[in-house]
Amino acid sequence: MSKHHVTTTINGEPVEFLCETQETMLDVLRNTLNLTGSKEGCASGDCGACSVICDGALVCSCLMLGVEADGRAITTVEGIAEGDELHPVQRKFLEHAALQCGFCTPGLIVATKALLDENPNPTEEEARYWLAGNLCRCTGYDKILAAVMDAAAEMRGESRA
Amino acid sequence: MPSLNYASPTTVNEAVSLLAGAPGLAKVLSGGTDLLVQLRSGRVRPELIVDTKRLPGLIGIREEDGGFVIGAATPGAMLEAHEGLKRVYPGVVEAMDLIGSQQIQGRASLAGNLCNASPAADSVPAMIAAGAVAVVAGPDGRREVPVEQIPTGPGRTSLARGELVLEFRLPPRPARASDAYLRFIPRTEMDIAVVGCGVAVALNAQGVCTQARVSLGAVAPVPLLVSAGAEALVGSRLDDAALARLDAAAQAACQPITDKRGTIEYRTKVAGVLARRAAAIAFQRAQGR
Repeated sequence: MSKHHVTTTINGEPVEFLCETQETMLDVLRNTLNLTGSKEGCASGDCGACSVICDGALVCSCLMLGVEADGRAITTVEGIAEGDELHPVQRKFLEHAALQCGFCTPGLIVATKALLDENPNPTEEEARYWLAGNLCRCTGYDKILAAVMDAAAEMRGESRA
Repeated sequence: MPSLNYASPTTVNEAVSLLAGAPGLAKVLSGGTDLLVQLRSGRVRPELIVDTKRLPGLIGIREEDGGFVIGAATPGAMLEAHEGLKRVYPGVVEAMDLIGSQQIQGRASLAGNLCNASPAADSVPAMIAAGAVAVVAGPDGRREVPVEQIPTGPGRTSLARGELVLEFRLPPRPARASDAYLRFIPRTEMDIAVVGCGVAVALNAQGVCTQARVSLGAVAPVPLLVSAGAEALVGSRLDDAALARLDAAAQAACQPITDKRGTIEYRTKVAGVLARRAAAIAFQRAQGR
């Protein structure tokens, strides 16, 4: 079978690409489109390093075929900042040192963005459950949660002491 | 790698023709959270993937004749977000919600969970307890199949070549009726059931159980409908004697294996305990409706 011609929207821009059926969305992002922010940790949907937002839903791009992107709208970590301006979630991850090796960070940024889009005022417990599919082997998660809760507060217009 | 074809049909007839006409293995793709893992590992080697998500009605939840119709490919996150469904069938929604992470919830579907046919599938005992019926389309037309008749063994279903699930129908639920699903795992999230148990009950105005359905997962090659468990509850107000009968019936129904998640003895004991607890939650919810 010839390659599929896929027309989609990535980070607000119209994008076309060719892919084989078995190529995942993550393969397409990294290898075809050179959007290497999304990481391949496990390739089985367990680690969340490849998280993207597809038509409003947080998904693992390793568990989605590239061809399924046709007609959809996808946000990757590259689409989170506004130009040169970091998104509050990104800024708070830096401020709180919520990363060490950084491999899980793109997925956590995307997952946190999806959380705060849906629930601007999560409890820490809700945030922990929401992020349960994003594995981090460095931080122990406490600094990540601090960054998430602080970003949420800032985006609600509150300042946290 | 041999070439793998993909189709995303927009009519049921087209989907059935594609599935029935493929010379080799054809696999249905809904959320893909099981299928893509199996493709990558080489456990399944289809020659055709038929994506169901562009078929009309396959994604979405609607109320119909007092019951609910859930499109086969509807992702878990949409069930969790549906207040009406959650109020009437909280057991089905909580079972689906237990599956995987938020990322998995963005894609995983009831039909995928059912047709992947894992004995430990969380949503299946809950659907069985709820009396869910699958609407199946195939080369010979449509048929309605109670969910418990679809899995036939680990990874195997009663669906014939060319058949696919279109939707699930949850019957209208009277007042004072509800359901619950509990899963036992050694941690709080992101694990596969050691035992799962769904219980649905209907009570009369005096609080006496008039109808019940009990289902167990991960304790046999397929999720079980435990009729003796239901009989233990009907006629009772969930007193200690009824709970003891339910516990015994649940344990008697188990035909588990010993594996890294638990031994035969452990799973059997836990099945009785979960049945008691799930029944207590279902009773409490039913009293509130």
